[in-house]
Amino acid sequence: MLQVQNVAKAFGTQDVLRGVSLRVSRGEVVAIIGRSGSGKSTLLRCINHLETIDSGSIIIGGEAMAQSDASGRAVYKKDAELRRICLKMGLVFQDYNLFPHYSVLKNLVMPQVMVLGRSRAQAKEKALALLEKVGLADKADEYPCNLSGGQCQRVAIARALAMDPEILCFDEPTSALDPQLTHEVLSVIRQLADEQRTMIVVTHEMNFARDVADRVIYMEDGVIVEDGPAQQVLGSERSAAVRAFVGESGY
Amino acid sequence: MKYFNNPEAFIRLVLSMQDGMTATLTIFALTLVFSIPLGMVIALLRMSKHRVVSAPISLYILVMRGTPLMLQLFAVYFAIPMFFGVNLDRMTATILAFSLNYAAYFAEIFRGGIMSIPVGQYEASSVLGFTPVQTFFHIVLPQVVKRVLLPVSNEVITLVKDTSLANIIAVSELFRAAKNEASRVASVEPLFVAGLFYLLMNGAVTLFFSWLNNRFAYYKD
Repeated sequence: MLQVQNVAKAFGTQDVLRGVSLRVSRGEVVAIIGRSGSGKSTLLRCINHLETIDSGSIIIGGEAMAQSDASGRAVYKKDAELRRICLKMGLVFQDYNLFPHYSVLKNLVMPQVMVLGRSRAQAKEKALALLEKVGLADKADEYPCNLSGGQCQRVAIARALAMDPEILCFDEPTSALDPQLTHEVLSVIRQLADEQRTMIVVTHEMNFARDVADRVIYMEDGVIVEDGPAQQVLGSERSAAVRAFVGESGY
Repeated sequence: MKYFNNPEAFIRLVLSMQDGMTATLTIFALTLVFSIPLGMVIALLRMSKHRVVSAPISLYILVMRGTPLMLQLFAVYFAIPMFFGVNLDRMTATILAFSLNYAAYFAEIFRGGIMSIPVGQYEASSVLGFTPVQTFFHIVLPQVVKRVLLPVSNEVITLVKDTSLANIIAVSELFRAAKNEASRVASVEPLFVAGLFYLLMNGAVTLFFSWLNNRFAYYKD
């Protein structure tokens, strides 16, 4: 479903990703953990084309978004095709990034209409079904400024789902929320995991990573240090590096 | 007092300044029609990553905001015929000079508004598959409009009063009409009547902007 091969990225002289390779298969839920600055968010942003990689390849559903040429430099597809390939990915942000001037319903409808060319009726039907799913059907006509953080994040998840992505990514989806609201967002993500959706979740919630993810990836200094089944990476047999990190995060 | 205590004379005075009022309203309206879109284009060019584009635009804004509008009026009215051999009538020269000047101010207001939109709005648009043009017109611009209403209303109010500058290249606008009347009847009262008219116009402008502000109050950002 997703193949990341030997990806490197630097901001100026600072290497943020140093040869990251990773595969995600259909239906898999992968959690990425690590300290701030380990490159986990940058990796997620590269996969969603919010950052460009310097070298390596990113292949989504068999189509290369970026592929390294003979010299190793990453070459991206042209605009329209790139946008089409990127639509296979969905991303939920830490701070939601809902469109404040659109109602909740319009946040879900407009992208479907403008990007996928769905009719308004079709888009609205889909949007209402998704709002129902995240428990916010009664908020369809509200504006994001009148919702709580947890509600905003659930709208953002519904908005991402409305575009029918093949892989849904989350960039620290609960870091801006207090524990009560964190719970309501995580239970939505858990529900999606039960439906066998392919997901990549960058998170600080260790319990969530252990319980929901099929696989956990631990990153440090721009490389993947551990990659394995959740029980193995976070279980009692965990490595010294993960032990140290998990110890710091109080899990 | 000749006018303020004599309604009949007052009305006759107002009627005699009718053409001036029409000219003032024409300068005002056409300047807005041209300078607001032009200001948006200048704002976008000013934000270009290419120095070849942004540097001359910066210079343009510096000159337009850094020299008196009165001087710019003279420059457009006298210099353009001199260098380009085309004669501009007074009204055209006025509207051209005002539009070029106000576009520079609007451009900086719009630039500030555009830069105040959080980068997350662009990122969300990009991830959802919007093209840059769709992102600008559907996501960024509507939010910018709400954010620039207050500074724009300031400029529009200033413009109402600045139209009186056109009298220095002898455009028969309201202030010139009032001045002529004042010297004919040897009284300053017509000037105050003109002042009343500017005040009324700005009252209307203020009402219009508070109505617009209310229309955008349906969300907070």
